Amino acid sequence: MGLLDKQFTDDNIVITKVQDLLNWARLSSLWQMGFGLACCAIEMMATSASHYDFDRFGVIPRPSPRQSDVIIVSGTVTLKMAIRIKRLYEQMPDPKYVISMGSCSNCGGPYWEHGYHVLKGVDRVIPVDVYVPGCPPRPEALLEGLLKLQEKIRNESLVKETA
Amino acid sequence: MKTPEEIYDLLKNKFGEVIIELVSDKPVESYISADPLEIDKICSYLKVENGLEFNSLMVLSGVDDANGEKVKDENDNEIIKGGTLSVFYHIESTILKHKITLRVSSDRDNPEVASVEEIWRSADWHEREAFDMYGIIFLNHHNLIRILMPYDWEDSYPLRKDYQNPEFYRGMKVPY
Repeated sequence: MGLLDKQFTDDNIVITKVQDLLNWARLSSLWQMGFGLACCAIEMMATSASHYDFDRFGVIPRPSPRQSDVIIVSGTVTLKMAIRIKRLYEQMPDPKYVISMGSCSNCGGPYWEHGYHVLKGVDRVIPVDVYVPGCPPRPEALLEGLLKLQEKIRNESLVKETA
Repeated sequence: MKTPEEIYDLLKNKFGEVIIELVSDKPVESYISADPLEIDKICSYLKVENGLEFNSLMVLSGVDDANGEKVKDENDNEIIKGGTLSVFYHIESTILKHKITLRVSSDRDNPEVASVEEIWRSADWHEREAFDMYGIIFLNHHNLIRILMPYDWEDSYPLRKDYQNPEFYRGMKVPY
């Protein structure tokens, strides 16, 4: 019925917008930086393992920030580590995304008052896309966080926003 | 196998006034107090002497006794003047199956303790941690630098009872 109706002899063709195609490609292969900090990293590894299978969403751990699309900050961010996280984040190519996993990384968690060595939230050094609450979050919660991130990427636009 | 009383008598005969007292009225295991600047000689003796043979340092820990005078500084924060910082040594002979605890106390204003790193190599990192957390100076330690806190952490020691957390570290806000 449309403009392209009956214009192709081969039926193996999908029509889409460039923006949707790019977004779909990005959200379907979010390569994760192989990086863990504390007990949340155990849950993150469980999420990557066969039972929860991160790979079905296209998430594969990469050994280098230069090949990664998403960094999952999984655990307590100490002041000493915060400097390293910032550097690793800066080494990632754009577009890049951050999932803050667990209470420590969200806001300092149990160390909020007396943690002389803890950064009270990783969003003080790098911009966070999705916060996953929990101490530590179950793998289902991390999967939900990833789905939220995918939703966010799905709605990204190539068009410059006008006020 | 020797009891703490027997070990105390041996040390008292060998070192005299350097050994201060045997404390056994506490609800914990009894310990021997000693001079902080002579502790290396005492430990060396405890390690090599026949019948003692303390070949293992299980743990070395710092303690802030907080027994000084509590005063307010210009910003109305409570700080402690005078008093002592202590180091505890839990040592064991795996050969003779006996244990003893040693304690040394040094001035809070100038906390100097002789290093036992040459005697038990496990003391190396333990002493660095005690330095990191309490600022206790271990004399003759070959590499007394911070072990857990960042190397450029300002001159403050987090586990002291009057510790004040800095407002910023390298531009990052520290308090909640």
